[in-house]
Amino acid sequence: MAEKLLEIRKLTTGFATEKGLVKATDAISISVKKGQTVCLVGESGSGKSVTSLAIMRLIDYAGGMIMEGSIHFHGQDLAAKNQEDMRLIRGNQIAMIFQDPMSSLNPVFTVGEQIAESLRLHQNKGNDEAMKAAVDLLKLVGIPAPEIRAKQYPHELSGGMCQRVVIAIALACNPELLIADEPTTALDVTVQAQILDLLRKLQAELGMSILLITHDMGVAAEMADRIAVMYAGAIVEEGTVEEIFDHPSHPYTVGLLQSIPGFEGERGGELYTIRGTIPPIGQLPSGCRFHPRCPHAMDVCRSQEPPNFMITSDHRTSCWLFQDKPVQTDYSDEVRTHG
Amino acid sequence: MGNEAVVTADSKALSSAEVLVDIKDVKKYFPITKGLLNRTVGQVKAVDGVSLAIRKGETFGLVGESGCGKSTFGRLLLRLQSVTEGEVLFKGKDIHSLGHQEMRRLREEMQIIFQDPFGSLNPRFLVKDIIGEPLRIHRSMSARDIDARVVELMELVGLDASRRNRYPHEFSGGQRQRIGIARAIALNPQFIVADEAVSALDVSVQSQVINLLMKLQKELGLTFLFIAHGLNVVRHISDRVGVMYLGKMVEVAETEALFAAPLHPYTAALLSAIPKPTPRRKQDRIVLEGDVPSPANPPSGCRFHTRCPLAQEKCRMQEPLLEEAAPGRMVACHFPLASV
Repeated sequence: MAEKLLEIRKLTTGFATEKGLVKATDAISISVKKGQTVCLVGESGSGKSVTSLAIMRLIDYAGGMIMEGSIHFHGQDLAAKNQEDMRLIRGNQIAMIFQDPMSSLNPVFTVGEQIAESLRLHQNKGNDEAMKAAVDLLKLVGIPAPEIRAKQYPHELSGGMCQRVVIAIALACNPELLIADEPTTALDVTVQAQILDLLRKLQAELGMSILLITHDMGVAAEMADRIAVMYAGAIVEEGTVEEIFDHPSHPYTVGLLQSIPGFEGERGGELYTIRGTIPPIGQLPSGCRFHPRCPHAMDVCRSQEPPNFMITSDHRTSCWLFQDKPVQTDYSDEVRTHG
Repeated sequence: MGNEAVVTADSKALSSAEVLVDIKDVKKYFPITKGLLNRTVGQVKAVDGVSLAIRKGETFGLVGESGCGKSTFGRLLLRLQSVTEGEVLFKGKDIHSLGHQEMRRLREEMQIIFQDPFGSLNPRFLVKDIIGEPLRIHRSMSARDIDARVVELMELVGLDASRRNRYPHEFSGGQRQRIGIARAIALNPQFIVADEAVSALDVSVQSQVINLLMKLQKELGLTFLFIAHGLNVVRHISDRVGVMYLGKMVEVAETEALFAAPLHPYTAALLSAIPKPTPRRKQDRIVLEGDVPSPANPPSGCRFHTRCPLAQEKCRMQEPLLEEAAPGRMVACHFPLASV
């Protein structure tokens, strides 16, 4: 079994608001192995992005905090680190790419300088050396005429090119984990296909792990080894990509998959809908957070929050419909083995 | 495909009664200006000669990547933008040559639903004023009648009418889009342009709004131009689909036929680029090289030749015309796929 690179356990994050502390994620646990791609899927407001910010400890700058839980990366707990230490990890071992490539680049520096910057900062390279490496990186991410492009500014490049530059910056220091937060959402489908192909190719070449955050089930199906479905701040179902798509078990996952108009079969009929909307953060219903929208809601759902039931050894769901299955046990022993 | 079909989709063959909007070679060029005197130094050819007949009661899906001119095209049909050249015949009248009064009367019959449910509603208006605004402008109705109609409309689109005295920020994205839809249908229009009307919504909410649009179409007999980049949504909702690339229509076909066997290489690439929610089918993809060229300086010949995997010498020299390839199918390509 491959080594667990990232292991998040019972991570609860929150934001201080006028109405008090509001939980954005609620005791989520997830792990990413070496070379694996794990997708966090969910709708807006489900807590996907907050999770990624927490891993990078950027949540501290976004006005939030980690309230409980641990984030083990190579056996060290990132949740307990100070920002000084985090600076050495961020960019070096864990890199992140964001949704909007245009606004994640600095408009007043050439793209070459921006790639070189992270090499100078994290790897103490000299100016010339860093610039040379920047050109190589541009070539790696498939930008034609990299020597010329390196001297251009972001506005001179298209959206897809900018996203390649952002990926080049993220890869500059050979990170072991790449967090990609909706990396293709702002792009057209044909460009999205290019970027997804690029990420897959780079992963195969460099052997990095990817934590991909997306709202698009199609992207998740294509990229993921494992999928975690988030709803209103919690992971409601998690398993291998085949398990999630072939045997979705949580009513939310089932509803989500059925709501998507397909490319085959009947069209024009009425689409399946999940009634209602995601509850606003801080106003979670009692019991199971999905019960007001769930077609199978039972009494127990209204009063008690479901634990994780293990459908197979590789597939867990947090739904009372599966209460005949074994409850997921604490797996703290596993964590200690590589502590 | 059925060669025995006698009915063709060619606009010439359709009687005027069946066509609601007849678009004849419309062009929209935006000038690029420069310097102190705003000299025109070039033109962005956003829509460059598109002809199309939208039939009464159909949903025509328009797809293409950003910058291909699909939104501009939609706006030209409503005269939200003036054409550079060409005609848009709405029920036989060219709307771009109508006078102000006449145009205003005609606007009752054509409406638009916008993409952004946050940007398209005035935050300082109450919801009842947003939905009632077209009634106040176009109809001489009493405040009481307007209120009654607003209640009726809100119920029709699935909103709680008791919330009409609230502001848009108190509604969710999906609910705001319903407000936009209620406003669009307030005057009983015949033709609605839905410009990326569901693109900004989460899937679970998106399916609700799609169902609503289809229900309204059935009940009110609406004709839709449904502009979107989400091809699965377009497939679900449209009767016919048009594919645009760099200001040109490259393929028009019945939805089933287009998705079953696209004729234009661009359509084929577009269809294959979409990630499908089925794992383990990762190989069958045509990945296009490069980006969409600038519409200010489109390539010679076929505009797609710079990215086309099948491009040949002829494509660089000669521009292909949108011609009928099979009954009901139009394609602009010198070497269409599976044309035999």
